[in-house]
Order: sequence, then structure tokens, then C-alpha cells
Amino acid sequence: MSELRQIAFYGKGGIGKSTTSQNTLAALVEMGQKILIVGCDPKADSTRLILNSKAQDTALHLAAEMGSVEDLELEDVLKVGFKDIKCVESGGPEPGVGCAGRGVITSINFLEENGAYDDVDYVSYDVLGDVVCGGFAMPIRENKAQEIYIVMSGEMMALYAANNIAKGILKYANSGGVRLGGLICNERQTDKELELAEAMAAKLGSKLIHFVPRDNIVQHAELRRQTVLQYAPESQQAAEYRELARKIHENSGKGVIPTPVTMDELEEMLMEFGIMQSEEERLAAIAATDGQAAAS
Amino acid sequence: MAKDHASGPDDYESLIEEVLEAYPEKARKKRAKHLQVSQTTDEAPDATTGIASKCDTTKSNIKSIPGVMTIRGCAYAGSKGVVWGPVKDMVHISHGPVGCGQYSWSQRRNYYIGKTGIDSFVTMQFTTDFQEKDIVFGGDKKLAKTIDEINELFPLSNGVTIQSECPIGLIGDDIEAVAKQKKKESGKTMVPVRCEGFRGVSQSLGHHIANDAVRDWVFEQEESEAVKAYEPGPYDVNVIGDYNIGGDAWASRILLEEMGLNVVGNWSGDATLAEIERAPKAKLNLIHCYRSMNYICRYMEEKYGIGWMEYNFFGPTQIAASLRAIAKNFDETIQENAEKVIAKYQPLVDEVIAKFRPRLEGKSVMLYVGGLRPRHVVTAYDDLGMVIAGTGYEFGHNDDYKRTGHYVKDGTLIYDDVTGYELEKFIEKIRPDLVGSGIKEKYPVQKMGIPFRQMHSWDYSGPYHGYDGFAIFARDMDLAINNPVWGMYDAPWETPAIAAE
Repeated sequence: MSELRQIAFYGKGGIGKSTTSQNTLAALVEMGQKILIVGCDPKADSTRLILNSKAQDTALHLAAEMGSVEDLELEDVLKVGFKDIKCVESGGPEPGVGCAGRGVITSINFLEENGAYDDVDYVSYDVLGDVVCGGFAMPIRENKAQEIYIVMSGEMMALYAANNIAKGILKYANSGGVRLGGLICNERQTDKELELAEAMAAKLGSKLIHFVPRDNIVQHAELRRQTVLQYAPESQQAAEYRELARKIHENSGKGVIPTPVTMDELEEMLMEFGIMQSEEERLAAIAATDGQAAAS
Repeated sequence: MAKDHASGPDDYESLIEEVLEAYPEKARKKRAKHLQVSQTTDEAPDATTGIASKCDTTKSNIKSIPGVMTIRGCAYAGSKGVVWGPVKDMVHISHGPVGCGQYSWSQRRNYYIGKTGIDSFVTMQFTTDFQEKDIVFGGDKKLAKTIDEINELFPLSNGVTIQSECPIGLIGDDIEAVAKQKKKESGKTMVPVRCEGFRGVSQSLGHHIANDAVRDWVFEQEESEAVKAYEPGPYDVNVIGDYNIGGDAWASRILLEEMGLNVVGNWSGDATLAEIERAPKAKLNLIHCYRSMNYICRYMEEKYGIGWMEYNFFGPTQIAASLRAIAKNFDETIQENAEKVIAKYQPLVDEVIAKFRPRLEGKSVMLYVGGLRPRHVVTAYDDLGMVIAGTGYEFGHNDDYKRTGHYVKDGTLIYDDVTGYELEKFIEKIRPDLVGSGIKEKYPVQKMGIPFRQMHSWDYSGPYHGYDGFAIFARDMDLAINNPVWGMYDAPWETPAIAAE
């Protein structure tokens, strides 16, 4: 067994982190890797495609039922799915109550202390939307994930989120040694998407690991609670995920300390691509339209 | 040991300089604004004390500097520990992890009359005892259950206050919703208080938040039976900001009652919820601790047209002046009664002063306390012929320092939010005959060979308010200062030093 590799997938909410990560990990397992997935999203949907069902027993809910996390046994929360991939969902409170961030901290500590990381090659963390507080930065702190993969697209808000996550990585890069593994572009078919993704990666001092094309087969598999690798192993999309998995596997130790940019620099980049007007231009355009509307 | 100084340097300005030298430049600059020597002023001297000095430029009520040992408390301490905790017929829940409630349990010696655990709960500790799961999933359900249990176990409790500890604010629990729901179900008063410890720079904000909670969750609710049934009389007064530490409020109350006034509420020492509810029907609010409860008095003035005045029941000079000032707000009968009360206690006062003044005359005192005491107790020492060398507030505001000028002579050392280091240095250099501060300061000071009295808890003695309190105060100061132990301080083979004189 090689040394344990800990990776994490971050990205804007709804970008397809869970789908991308599960498909990639399903491809990695085909390469003979032993994998543990730690879902760090209170929605507990990070392992659904691997388990072919929604995880019922999250670590935190069970701990709450039993009284405290000390009463919990690893077997209670560790589920085994597609090709023996181990899955744990941390779970968390309903929206609007309690502290989901603290929940992530609690459950990751529990998993470590109880030996969930023994006998695996990969631990993969799937973390919700944005690094909103210290709790969600837990996987990028010391001795946790070494490489972060940011799932993004050509949409402006996805770029903005990617930049923010890079800031979070930078914060812990020097104290803990976490690195940015690279960007994964999940195609949304926006203007000049590939070029934009590559430019963004360059701005962050990183690289675009893979451009995952849009394919409806992902949706078909998802509706059946399966990864593409399980649902249509011979498909072109499955090959794409295998390619992504190979690149991530080979990317070991090649992560970088990111160089996040300011909001202004980000907008400048979009202007350079000609897909965004400057504030002045845009305000002038709005004034002109309003003027016409008033005149007519 | 610091026994080389017989008495401190007269030049406090250079003492301040010397003490500040230990700090890095930025901290030195900041701390310098909090340390002062009171100045002479052209203003007319105070009518009672005959004193006029100025220390109102002392910087106060701002964040303590990281790295120093401050002696301040937190907002939770201000609300639960000071304002709400003494209300005896309500249960005060320390909402959050167990420590805040546990370590502040019965710290302020708020005396009360009642059956503990039946109709009074001051010396009991209630907490929601947060665990990891309550942080992650929110503690509202646990809070609701706790309140249900309290209502069942203690049916004679008249309500519940929810004293928020830090995590409540961090995880955003909706304690107001729980309070409303439980009020609806039980019909009892429920008071959610957002006094999370991290708010503000000291316990002072906690006082303010607690005052606001009285306004929002008691006054601005539907009138209770206690209020409806109450018929106000012409001599109704509230005593505000007396927490009945060691029985202080009782020693004050008898004087007002002997004068013919009707004390309808004492906030909040030995208080019931009804006393708080009825307060707006009184004619006058008499403020003891201005710092912790002026807010609600200003509100009552604005909303109900009730005037307020500060008074001081420390030491006979101030007591007599205060009784007369209070009486002025009422008719001649009351004014005559005030004179009778003063006359009645004069023999006691004479006796106390005759006995203790010769033993205490000229002794110097350094104080460091909170609230109103850094200025109010000064005159009690004054009546015993003692001199204040230095005084300061843990959490005072500018208006406190303005008032201090009427109590301390010019040339008094003033220290705001003093750090452990500064206070120790000041004491070491000045070597007063007595230091009055808190438990944390007590033992280091005594180890320096200097007598000490705790002036928060009256060192488990008291009361110190009123004429009766003055007798106890004088005795206690004598016990501390003239204790023969200070003469045995030095090893027999060394030359006896100053304390043995």
C-alpha cells in the first residue's frame, strides 16, 4: 500500500462537485486504489452515487441520537458501496439551525481517532459550496487534505468561488502544507469556457487538470443513483472520468500554493475575454437604453 | 521584597512613566491614556465632600490590550452575575456549556429572604449544559425542555431568564422564539438575554443589554396581576442598582422606610419579578449603582415620567447628605423625618468614629473595583480619617470619571482597566496601608505585606451600606490594617521593617 493520499473537492454550490468527485473516485477504484469518501455537506449527498442510495445514517445524527460522539462506533457510520469504496457522511443540522461547520470538525476528528483512515490509499473530502467558516476549512488544515481540486465552470460566479477557495487554501498553505491540485472545469457551455478556465488556472498559478464535457448521460446515471462508470462503463463520458482520475493520480505531490486575485483583476480578465463590459461602459449602455425608453 | 519604600513617591506622574516603561511602544501609548493623576479644577467644590478635582480625560470603556492581564469580566457576567442573577423568584438559566454558570455560581453574595428551591433560586445554578451535538444541531430544543423541566420542578418560580453564553450567538440560536413559545404555554414571564460574553469590551455592555431586556420582556409586555392590583402611594420609591451584597440593601432600606418612604422595589438584590413589574408606578428612582442600571432609569424617566437621582450610603457624611437630598423630593413630613433619622443614628456614628478613627487616621488606601465603588466608598474612608492614594474602575465610562472628581482630591492616582502588572507595580511603589480590590488581587497584595480587603464581596462580611453598614465597615478596616500579623511579617533574624512600627 502506498502512502495515504488525502484530497478534497471544493467548488461553488450546484457546480457538480459531488457528481464529478464520485465519478472520478469510481474511476480511481478501477485503477486498484482503496478509497474512503468523507461527505462534509449537511445535505449528505456526497456518496449517493457510490452507495446507490442516499446515506441514511450520518455520523452526526447517530451521535446526537446516542447522546454523544464518544458513543459512536465506526461500523455504525462506515458504509461500503461501488467496488468496495468506503463512504461516510458527516451530516449536520437542518438549514438555519446550529453550526454545520462545527459538525464537520466533530466528525472528521471522530473518523481519524477511530481509524477510518487505516487501510486506504485515498481519502476524499467533498465539501459544500464555499469555505464559509473555519469548520468547512477543516479538511484543508494541517494533516488533512494535501491537494484541493476546485470544480468550476466558465460562469462568473463559479470563477469567483474558485478564487475564494484559493484564498482559503493560501491561508492554510504555509501553516499546514495544503496545496491547490488544480481546477476541474465542468462544462456549462458558456462563452470561451475552455480558454477562460485555462486563464483562471494560470491566474491562480495552477493548471486546468481536465475539461469535463457536458453529456446528458451524467444526468441519466444520476437519476438512477449511479455513477457513469457503473451505469455506462463503455461510454465516452466514462472515459473522460477515467482520464480525469488518471491525471489526479499522477498529480501526486504536484500541487501549488495558489495566487488568488482581487475581484477587480477577475473582472479585468473577463473584460479581456470580451465577455464583460467595464463598469463605465455598462453604466453608459444602461443610461442610453433608459434614455431611449424615456424618449419614446 | 518591596519593603524598601516607607511610603510611595509623591510624584505619581513619574511613577506612571516608570510603570509604562515596561510596555512596547504601541501598548505604552495606549495604556498611557488610561493612567492619570487627578488635577485641580476651577469648578466649585462638591457641597458634601468639599472636593473638586478633575480626572475626566482618563480614557475608558475601550478594549483591553491583548497580552495584558485585565481584571474585567464579560457581558454574560454583567447580565447574569450582576443585573438578573439576584432576582430571586425567577430561574436564571446559563444557556450554553456548563462552565460559565458553574464558575460564576453564587459569586456575588446576593442575599435574599425565601425558601431556596421552593420560591427562591438565587444560590442555585441552572444550565443547559451544551454538548457537541447542541452546538451542531442547535440548542433550542434543549432550552425548551429545560424550561419545561424548571416549570415542573419549581412550580413557584415566577419566570425564567435565558442568559446567553458565547456559543448561542455564534450558532445563531433563536432564543427569542423559544421564550415567546414558553410564555404562551406557561403564562410565566420569559426573558431571553443576548448577553454573549464576546459582546462589548467588559461586563458593562452586559448591564446595558440586561437593562434593555427588562424594558422589552417585562415592561413592554401585557400588565401582570401584580401591577394591575397595585395601588401606588405618594411615597413610593424604587431603589435601583443595589444588589444586596452581604445584606446591603436591607441596611439601606430601613433608613428610607424610617423616613416614611415606601420602597416598592429594590433592584435587584432580594427582588421579586413583581418588584420589577411595578417599578413604573413609583414616584422616584433612587440609583445606587449608576453604572449598571442608569439605562433603565433613563427609560423610565422618558416613558413613565419618573425622576431619578443618585445617592450614596457609604459613610455617615454621605448618608446624611443623601437622606436630605432624597427627602427634598417629598413633603415636609419626609424632610423632618430625614432629620430625625440622621439624629437617631448620630450616637452610633459618634461611637464608631470615636472608637476607630484614632486607629485608622491618616492611613492610605488604594482601591480598584467596578461600578460605583471606586468613588462612593471613598467618603466612608474619609469619615474614618483615611486618605485615598489611588482609585480606578474596571469598566467605568467617561461619566463615571467625571463624577469621580467630586470624591477624590487632586493628586490622586487614577487607573482605568488597570492591568495586573500596573496595579502590582503601583501598590509596590506606593505601599498604601490598605488595598481594596477583588479576590485575584488579594493574595499577591498580602504577600507584599500590605493589608487587603475584598471590596466586591466585602470579603464575606457586610453589609457596608447605611449606618449599620458603616459600623461593620469601620471594624473590618481596623481588623485588616491593625492585625498584629503584619508585625510578624519579617523573619526574626532580620531587622523589623516598617509594618512592625
